[in-house]
Amino acid sequence: MSTRLSSGGRLIDRTKALEFTFNGKRLRGFSGDTLASALLGADQMLLGRSFKYHRPRGLVAAGVEEPNALVNLGQGSRLEPNQRTTTTEVFDGLSATSQNHWPSLEFDIGALNGLVARFLPAGFYYKTFIHPRAAWKHLFEPLIRQSAGLGRAPVERDADRYEYFYAFCDVLVIGGGIAGLQAALVAGAAGARVLVLEQTAHWGGRAPVDGVQIDGRPADDWIRNAVEALERMENVTVRTRVTGAGVYDHGYVLADEKVADHTPGDGRPKHRLWRIRAGRIVTATGAIERPLAFAGNDVPGVMLASAVRDYVVNWAISPGDRTVVVTNNDDAYRTAIALKQAGLAVPAVIDARPEARGALPEAARAAGITVLTGTAVAGVKGRGRVSGVQLCPQAGEGGAVTQEIACEAVAMSGGWSPVVHLWSHCGGKLVWDEGAAMFRPDPARPPLGADGTGFVFAAGSANGALLADQVMGDATAAAEAALTAMGKQAGAPATPESHAEAEAPLLPVWIMPQGAGPDLRMKMWLDYQNDVKVSDVQLAAREGYESVEHTKRYTTLGMATDQGKLSNINGLATLSNALNLPIPEVGTTTFRPPYTPVTIGALAGEARGEIFQPLRRTPMHDWHAAHGVEWEPVGHWRRPFCYRQPGEATSAAVNREVLNTREKVGLLDASTLGKILVKGPDAGRFLDMLYTNMMSNLKPGRCRYGLMCSENGFLMDDGVVARIDEDSWLCHTTSGGADRIHAWMEDWLQCEWWDWKVYTANLTEQFAQIAVVGPKARAVLEKLGGMDVSAENFKFMEWQDGHLGGFAVRIFRISFSGELSYEIAVPAGQGRALWGALHDAGQEFGIAPYGTEALHIMRAEKGFVMIGDETDGTVTPQDLNLDWAISKKKEDFLGKRGQQRSYLSSPDRWKLVGLETLDGTVLPDGSYAAAEGVNANGQRNTQGRVTSTYWSPTLRKGIAMGLVRRGPERMGEVIDFPQPGGAVIKARIVDPVFYDKQGEKQNV
Amino acid sequence: MSEPVSALGGAAYQGFCKVQEAGPVGMLTLRGNFASQVFVNAVKTSVGVAMPKVRAIVTEGDRSLAWMSPDEVLLILPHAELAAVRTRLTEALAGEHALVVDVSDARAVLTVSGAGAREVLAKLCPVDLAPDAFGPGEMRRTRAAQVAAAIWMSGEEEFTLIAFRSVAGYVMGLLTAAAAPGGEVGVFA
Repeated sequence: MSTRLSSGGRLIDRTKALEFTFNGKRLRGFSGDTLASALLGADQMLLGRSFKYHRPRGLVAAGVEEPNALVNLGQGSRLEPNQRTTTTEVFDGLSATSQNHWPSLEFDIGALNGLVARFLPAGFYYKTFIHPRAAWKHLFEPLIRQSAGLGRAPVERDADRYEYFYAFCDVLVIGGGIAGLQAALVAGAAGARVLVLEQTAHWGGRAPVDGVQIDGRPADDWIRNAVEALERMENVTVRTRVTGAGVYDHGYVLADEKVADHTPGDGRPKHRLWRIRAGRIVTATGAIERPLAFAGNDVPGVMLASAVRDYVVNWAISPGDRTVVVTNNDDAYRTAIALKQAGLAVPAVIDARPEARGALPEAARAAGITVLTGTAVAGVKGRGRVSGVQLCPQAGEGGAVTQEIACEAVAMSGGWSPVVHLWSHCGGKLVWDEGAAMFRPDPARPPLGADGTGFVFAAGSANGALLADQVMGDATAAAEAALTAMGKQAGAPATPESHAEAEAPLLPVWIMPQGAGPDLRMKMWLDYQNDVKVSDVQLAAREGYESVEHTKRYTTLGMATDQGKLSNINGLATLSNALNLPIPEVGTTTFRPPYTPVTIGALAGEARGEIFQPLRRTPMHDWHAAHGVEWEPVGHWRRPFCYRQPGEATSAAVNREVLNTREKVGLLDASTLGKILVKGPDAGRFLDMLYTNMMSNLKPGRCRYGLMCSENGFLMDDGVVARIDEDSWLCHTTSGGADRIHAWMEDWLQCEWWDWKVYTANLTEQFAQIAVVGPKARAVLEKLGGMDVSAENFKFMEWQDGHLGGFAVRIFRISFSGELSYEIAVPAGQGRALWGALHDAGQEFGIAPYGTEALHIMRAEKGFVMIGDETDGTVTPQDLNLDWAISKKKEDFLGKRGQQRSYLSSPDRWKLVGLETLDGTVLPDGSYAAAEGVNANGQRNTQGRVTSTYWSPTLRKGIAMGLVRRGPERMGEVIDFPQPGGAVIKARIVDPVFYDKQGEKQNV
Repeated sequence: MSEPVSALGGAAYQGFCKVQEAGPVGMLTLRGNFASQVFVNAVKTSVGVAMPKVRAIVTEGDRSLAWMSPDEVLLILPHAELAAVRTRLTEALAGEHALVVDVSDARAVLTVSGAGAREVLAKLCPVDLAPDAFGPGEMRRTRAAQVAAAIWMSGEEEFTLIAFRSVAGYVMGLLTAAAAPGGEVGVFA
């Protein structure tokens, strides 16, 4: 069994005991424990089930690379699935449950998958697509969907908050091991702005566990001094619990700070996403040990040798009384020695190499440990946990077991792989190091920045400098290179002497024993989480998968939540053997951000709840909210759709608002309309180019409706333009068009007509605008008083400045409803007060506010087009019968040439008409008018479509507008609108102006 | 009745920093040719504040002139002085191709003050807010999360932020969340 040792543990504080639960069981750990170490200390070896075969799984690793020991962490609004126990700090009250099993961790029905493993080979998922066809839909898909996923997705709202932090530095050092600290010291001493990020809560990385001596003293001493020195430097910022997640172009880096993962509910943000701009980046991200592929290497109790060492040294955990070490290198002997020093038994070190005569093997022998060279593990005994290993010669096929050793744990080491992820994210290339059997960064091919030089520098183990003696020099060099690249001078940095026992070369061992047959190979796990074995990769190769990227997807190797941190190199080495190609020719899969999973909450940052999105409020927003408003989102604006009286249905409210406005007087919040001031000696000429009609000849004091087209000739915006004075015009745009049209104007002025003397200003938000609409509109304004708004003095399509009821206003006499209408603009701050004053003054005339739906209905009754309804970016003004608003006199305007193209000037285009159903009902929105025959795809031909359709309370029937081929030539014709389900609605083509065709009502 | 009204009625929040809507502030947008002596003189005589250099803000008493673009500056002044200054400027610029327009009501003005003010803004604006990188006299047009904003230092530990009026509530929400206790980052402090 695994237990807590009575002494030791450099990271735990035995005076601070903590209680937590696992699957409801109450367990104890210490401050400084990870959830993994605390579980191991409580003899919890079985921690989860694998994805495909539901094999029992325990801890393999002690860090971010852990593939197995994932849990549902927390409960309710703080539940997080797939949390790695190895990176979760234990806190009092932590609750975790195991994943991917039913009904219980110990007895799991899904484990039956393991019995049929031979029927679930590599590419099983894809093979189910092929035949029989019905099987995918009815058998495999439901089955796979049921078993998909490891953890449970949270259903409650996240109780925590998250935030971003934008940071800037000259040199960003990712990784707080001895290489990272040394690089930071060098960069800091040179005066650079340095930011150092360490993903764990502790500085120093592996060095203290591996017995590294720095300047003749234990690494811990140097680490403490280095961190203190860095903290004293004003130009250096050091942070723990921050993972460098991704490196992007231009020195942009995302890093995830786990602010309150270990102190939930303390009011701090749970995570803080650092969005960093770094001049240069030093990746001191260390290395990850590789497992060995032998039969039964996934049985709980088989762990990485470095992880066993970590658990013993950092957390005083015994993985079992007897641990067998299996290796192809010298480093694993450190684990054997550490176990021995902790008073635990190491029955043997199984070394695949024919000979092991380095300092470490000799030290192990001197400690009384048996070393068996040229030996391999033929199999692991035990199901739920290790009970022993069977040995055989590494050179053989594993048929003859030479020896069995009883043990509770197996510590394996297949060598080390530098963590090259961050180097690679933005294009850094790798080189295969034959001697160390690893990919390491190729210094000649770094990721290149905007200036064409490398902007990432790998340091220490991450650069392949795995041996302690090399680390410090390598880190110094990386920091100096980063400084030099920025034109900064490194001082004469002191490079401390780091030292550990020398290591003899490893022997690349990709399977064990080297001649293992099929029975053993299908028990050799490469990817623990996704259940990919040596036999699966070999099968993929036999089936013709030569590219490592294809093999990855076919077998799912490296596609689990750990993204293949343990499995990728072993997998591609297996593939290269199967293809008989050298490893560098097979290459690696692509390293993509994030390095470790980043929770969606952190990526969303502050954007949730009320501040999920900007909400644009007009000055009258609160009044609407207090008066039964039903909102309609218009871009980021909220506009009143209608105002419901108590007990009133939405449609009833809309109909009431239309009739009240037509019969009495309505009040509309038109503040969202775009208002762009255009001023200058060339402003008239400029507007003549922008609009299809003439604006330069508009008289001051007058308004004119105008259309704007894209260069292609399509209608993109419309609105009323008012001439303010000799060189100023105020252009109204649609609500959604304000920013876009302002940018469009500036684009032409800055890029094309830069020598024209025109200035623009977007005044949309400067003014609140209120439309007073209906036969009693004039009476309401007269009641407020201060301006002569009579028909004689204030004509249709004029504007006037003045004081209305004490408010400094500008009134435009324009109409989008066909009624007598005044649009009143005031500075936004006065909008709410003017609205109230108008509402009060209008009481005796029956005034009522109306929303966008009533606005839409009234404009449709009048046959006025709406940008976005009648237009969709492919409609010209001519299609909408707006030829009257297209100047024939102007030499040019934007869109003129486009409109002359044969397709756009074809008489066969779909053109605007009115549509009335024969029975007076409302034609469904978006309906298409069918034509004879079918097209090349066997679809019914069409000859038109509905663009706007409403129930008209004024006319008491359905009215619609639509685009129909040669529509205006076909007045009176009845066309078919087939509906889903087979019904056909017949509608007659009519004049689109349904109401007050002569326009008398607006002109009174 | 024509007293100016700001978007949030002077709303305030006290977290590890203080967030305060400034109330009505006078603002004029000036566009013109910075190389023109007429324009520069008009600004000098009518406003009394020197033209700001690129990305700068110049403050004289209670008036500030902020660089917005190569042909645009923003004059910030007490609301009560706005009408007179606008008239003077318009007269001084008669015959010159220039634009003078009141934008006081188009914007919301908020201040963030306290030792952590830099950190509050650094959570929302992609701007280097380290003391060595951002000091008094700097005008930065940027964004606050998802909306356009501009920031400058209006005191030793105080920043002023302007945004469009319609999103005043959103910006207040952003600043409130960023200044909530427990959110101290501890980088600039």
